[in-house]
Amino acid sequence: MIYQDSKTLLAVRGLHATVNGIEILKGLDLTVKSGEVHAIMGPNGSGKSTFAKVLAGHPAYEVSGGGVVFEGGNLFELKPEARARAGVFLGFQYPIEIPGVANSQFLRLAYNTVQAGRGKDELDPLEFDDFVREKMKLLEMNPDFLDRSVNEGFSGGEKKRNEILQMALLEPKLAILDETDSGLDIDALRIVAGGVNQLANKDNAIVLVTHYQRLLNYIVPDYVHVMDAGRIVKTGGKELALELEARGYDWVGDEVKANARVSA
Amino acid sequence: MNTASSAVSTGYLDSLLQGQPSASSLTWLNQLRAHAVERVGALTVPTTRDEDWRFTDISPLTKLSFQPVQDPPQLAPATVEQWAIAEASARLVFVDGIYAPQHSFNRAGITVENLASGVTRHDAAVQAHLGRHAGFERNAFAALNTAFLHDGALIVVPRDMALAAPVHLLFIATRRHAASYPRCLLIAEAGSAVTLVEDFVALQNEAYFTNAVTEMTLDGNAAVHHVRVQREGAEAFHFANCAASLAHASRYHSVSVALGARISRHNLGVLLAAEGAECSIDGLALIGGRQLADTHTLIDHAMPQGLSRQLHKCIVDGAARAVFNGNIMVRAGAQRTDSSQSSRNLLLSGKARVDTKPQLEIFADDVKCAHGATVGQLDVDEVFYLNSRGLSDTAARNLLTYAFGAEVIERIGVASLRNRLEQAVLAQTQAAAPGAARES
Repeated sequence: MIYQDSKTLLAVRGLHATVNGIEILKGLDLTVKSGEVHAIMGPNGSGKSTFAKVLAGHPAYEVSGGGVVFEGGNLFELKPEARARAGVFLGFQYPIEIPGVANSQFLRLAYNTVQAGRGKDELDPLEFDDFVREKMKLLEMNPDFLDRSVNEGFSGGEKKRNEILQMALLEPKLAILDETDSGLDIDALRIVAGGVNQLANKDNAIVLVTHYQRLLNYIVPDYVHVMDAGRIVKTGGKELALELEARGYDWVGDEVKANARVSA
Repeated sequence: MNTASSAVSTGYLDSLLQGQPSASSLTWLNQLRAHAVERVGALTVPTTRDEDWRFTDISPLTKLSFQPVQDPPQLAPATVEQWAIAEASARLVFVDGIYAPQHSFNRAGITVENLASGVTRHDAAVQAHLGRHAGFERNAFAALNTAFLHDGALIVVPRDMALAAPVHLLFIATRRHAASYPRCLLIAEAGSAVTLVEDFVALQNEAYFTNAVTEMTLDGNAAVHHVRVQREGAEAFHFANCAASLAHASRYHSVSVALGARISRHNLGVLLAAEGAECSIDGLALIGGRQLADTHTLIDHAMPQGLSRQLHKCIVDGAARAVFNGNIMVRAGAQRTDSSQSSRNLLLSGKARVDTKPQLEIFADDVKCAHGATVGQLDVDEVFYLNSRGLSDTAARNLLTYAFGAEVIERIGVASLRNRLEQAVLAQTQAAAPGAARES
């Protein structure tokens, strides 16, 4: 939701990034204020997921220009783990399976590490168990998922719920959800979206990276951005998503090119 | 050149033959030892020119001399109890290879006793199996062990007796340059079930020589869970030959963990000798520094309808080297065999090395066999996933390394031992991680 006089959480200015020497982001600008929900849409290969990973600090991506200010500080001065502790959360498109580590052990380790990083109390295994079970209700998750290895053998929907469970535990200021809707059936989508909506408040912000408008029926964005060739080329309200759904992405690109000719 | 070096090797094995036990009252036992002595005389110390020892250079062994201990030290109870397994119903302790009755107990209600005395009490059963499963005709180390047959463990699980609590065999090394010859014979009668833990530990870190042989025979429908923990001293030489023979519909599950020793070699042979036998063979080697851990396994499907599963993992740090050779034999007539084998290896340093060789030999046509091997480093995306949840690089790497090993340790069916080994692996992975000291 857009609030008057809310503060800027994230300011991305002229961001360039490369992977394996190939430039993927080519001058991206975005401002996110607390309380807001942003959707970033765009065709495959436009750089949406790269942007999400660059914000979280994936080592394969190199920032080659521009900058990102998060809560008034230079985001790129922080290592990935420090970003997590500072309140940046990436919900993975493909959550990683970790055989041999119980989900409960992983969740508690992440929770306590982030809590300690914020100077807050850690929880012992028993306290954490109560705490996490409460959060799991939000996502209609069976407590059996605590005893299983992290994401191992989880269905696509179960993995995404586990991602949102981590978001619920870590209480990020900025949650970037990368294709959280992909591979979900409609029931799972409803549950995951419901969880995200309950976690949204006036002090945090959510950036949804998505290919499809479907998710936005459940999580209503304040802004919809269209990415093309490594930049945000168009920004609108939630109705833009519907237009994209109806007309595809090509017209946006054409419009950009037309504007470029006019200004040239 | 060849002649000269093999003469040296023969001489080395002969030198190890000094200090053999005195003659037994049992003629067959004396004959068995004498035959073993003869084989030791005929065999040579294996070298890397032997196919079976291609990757495992044991020449450091032959540069030292080792003698059996006649007068092992008295250990304080507390010293021994540090390795106690709370669940155990019976325990036999051996100090430098010598049976230590004062530290041993048996509340299991079955035969768990020193082989030296048990051999006369269970003459016929022992004679039928001892030296029959772990062949020593062409195996110098098994022959050497058999030549020294005296103290050891004899376990007889009676028909239809299911023993829930484990039997613990604890082998403690205390002296430098000591040679010990642990021996174990497990007879699981029809329909019985037992868990056997063989645990090799040390009170010192200088060179010594452990040369163990374990034979297990499972009668129809018997179930044996065999846990082997090799946590020898840092300079130890550890050689072990284990053999299990599986009768109709019997089930053998082994978990073997190698953490210690400068050079270790574990041979495990499982013979599925009758229809419907099942085995699962899991192994973990976690080594660093200049350690070498070699595991050779043979799963021999001799009869139809057998099932085998194998997961072998190596975590190799420093300049250490792991070797895995996993042979699965499916003989003609062993139809409807179902076998799968996986060798997975994690290299933690640029100088670490693993040689893995899964081998399938199939002579039957109606079988299901799968095998695979992977060698890799920690996955960048896995580390990043944990980083993105607040974990430092070191913490993330430790957790992933631990998890890699934990998959095998989780399969140990003795909770207290499993927990302790999980802690040991966690401690070792943390110690091994570069930059661990920087962790705040």
